[in-house]
Amino acid sequence: MLSHDPLSRVLFIDLARRRSWVETRPELFDPNLNGGLGGAGAGIRLLEEECPAGTDPLSPENPIILAIGPLVGHYPLASKTVAMFKSPHTGNLGESHAGGRSAVALRMAGYGAIVIRGRSSMPIYLVVEGDDVFFRDASALWGMRNAYTVGTVLRQRESGAGLRSILRIGRAGERGVTYASVITETYRHFGRLGLGAVFGSKQLKALVISGKRNLPVADRRAYRTVYDQLFKAATESELMKKYHEIGTPINVQPLDAIGALPTRNLQSGRFEGAEAISGERLAADYLGRRVACAHCPVACVHLAALRLPYPNDPYFYKTLMLGYDHEPIYAVGSLLGISDPPGMLRIMDETEIQGLDVMSTGVCLAWATEALARGIISLEDTDDVPLAFGNAEAYIAATERITTQPTPFYQALARGVEHAASLYGGSDFALAFGGNEMPGYHTGPGCHLGYLTGARHSHLDSAGYSIDQKAVQKGQELTPEGVAEALLTEERWRQVLASLVVCFFARGIYTPEIVVAALQPIGIEITAQTLHALGTDILQRKHAFKAREGFDVTAVRLPARIWETPSPAGPFDADFLQQALLAFDKFSRE
Amino acid sequence: MAKRLSVVDVDRCVGCQACMFACTRRTGEGGLAASCIGIRSAGGIRKGFVVVVCRACANPPCARVCPTNALTFREGGGVRLRAELCIGCGNCVEACPFGAVFWDSEQHKPQICVYCGYCAQYCPYGVIALEEIESQ
Repeated sequence: MLSHDPLSRVLFIDLARRRSWVETRPELFDPNLNGGLGGAGAGIRLLEEECPAGTDPLSPENPIILAIGPLVGHYPLASKTVAMFKSPHTGNLGESHAGGRSAVALRMAGYGAIVIRGRSSMPIYLVVEGDDVFFRDASALWGMRNAYTVGTVLRQRESGAGLRSILRIGRAGERGVTYASVITETYRHFGRLGLGAVFGSKQLKALVISGKRNLPVADRRAYRTVYDQLFKAATESELMKKYHEIGTPINVQPLDAIGALPTRNLQSGRFEGAEAISGERLAADYLGRRVACAHCPVACVHLAALRLPYPNDPYFYKTLMLGYDHEPIYAVGSLLGISDPPGMLRIMDETEIQGLDVMSTGVCLAWATEALARGIISLEDTDDVPLAFGNAEAYIAATERITTQPTPFYQALARGVEHAASLYGGSDFALAFGGNEMPGYHTGPGCHLGYLTGARHSHLDSAGYSIDQKAVQKGQELTPEGVAEALLTEERWRQVLASLVVCFFARGIYTPEIVVAALQPIGIEITAQTLHALGTDILQRKHAFKAREGFDVTAVRLPARIWETPSPAGPFDADFLQQALLAFDKFSRE
Repeated sequence: MAKRLSVVDVDRCVGCQACMFACTRRTGEGGLAASCIGIRSAGGIRKGFVVVVCRACANPPCARVCPTNALTFREGGGVRLRAELCIGCGNCVEACPFGAVFWDSEQHKPQICVYCGYCAQYCPYGVIALEEIESQ
């Protein structure tokens, strides 16, 4: 790495003492110093240093770490920020990635990472403007009902328009809902595993980051050549076209067609309303604008324009602009049996207003719906909200109650479906894996094993759905060992992408060869072999952290619903899953 | 004929800022500090974007308020910067109604679009284009 590249600067902020300082840590970002490469690799190293064994996730001792990598600000599609923390949702490794503008803003402010320690004695928000760090009073913003308004206020109050990122939490984060999100640029999120609750526990309402600088280049001609190659691939290749045009909801109908679209708490893999909530239908009837993350020409962010009348005030309307993607459509569409787009979009809107992870919210509500129907819980528990598949009004009411928690039942639900089911029963249909709620694929054993084994318990860890779908296409039978090995191979390489903070949607463009070619002009000489070794090392570090905090992949809870409901790459059973988990455990130690 | 950058259709802007990065890359470096084009939201991303770029005015206010003639009128419209004459007073920044005079905070001098059109080559959606200025 070039010596004058500001990436090696780590900004430390101590909320308790209202103090900040910079440490230069090139080894976290330069693979030729100690095997770091920024992003996830830097994040897990900092977490090892900052988070002692057994730390309470909502205590001042839990750090918030935000890290980016060397390609940010140099090349397109390298615009993710990796957050590392101990998750209040799973009590283990917390890692969440967000697009938007935060990665470029951090780079332009002159840092490779930010570490936030301690707890403020009053609500505050932080402003990082290049070298300057300001602690600002957020007590008037605390408790504000609508998280959108927090963004509006900070946008008007702070400088740096066009060059800044505004990370903020809603009331769900303030109140410690363990799957509260951090919202950035209104439409992107650190959604999963409860970073919002960690912000809330520190009385940190928001973080504004901005800056403007040049970044050094070692070989200008090669830099432009590789840049043009990547830009051309991003804008012209078929690899990215689907994300630009229909966006991620292009998956809804194909998944339904093969019986892999989780519906009504996964009582089925097919949804009769799939066409109505598909990407194609939303684009035709609601798409109002497409927007991009900073330095990404693909523009996969799709916003629906939803015009809503005021029922009792004729000629009064409001028009909402709501971000939609495959996962929210699954979580509060098919999984809740909602087939009317306005209803579905309004539930998504309520999760944004509260600052909740939409996927965990949808899974919690789907389980609660089934639990109510089975008599496991009562209307007294739900505060008289008549949860029923297809009833959008009830889900909007229940979503707010996850934040306000008027009954012990909502207090339990605010800690996730696994926790609620452990108190009330119904674990067999509580769709959580390693404590994290299910993503939107029921393709076969591969996807579920991916959720179970992935370091983040996310579909993005190792793309198990892809293993299932390839097997179906080729007519191959999956074996436990084969699935375990494929998952591990994919997850190891993704550690490299997550360190460079390349968007996983661009994984087809950023091949190992291109990564090597892109790093050389900015002063990092590395081989593809070393990159692969780095990926293995980073994943091992994550597994070691998780083992230290008590996680055992061979002992995870398996909800029976996943093999009871037929999947395209099925049938499979608990034995198959157990064998695969043992194989994954064995291979990951090799 | 003099050329300038034209905002063809701001409603097609997705806010990717590829143009801004192109403008600095023109100098051979990464990042944004040398960029003479700015993309920001029109009051939140939900409302779309604003493209801030020099319009190559026929009678540019930025040049009219320069006390040292560092900014001179360009034939056909727009201005040229002679940085060696600039004292960094910032009058030009104040004078431009579009905010299209950017600022080099290291040298304390303005950054002025040179109408090269490099940025437009990286706009995938036809938001901006280099065009010839019609004589008035």
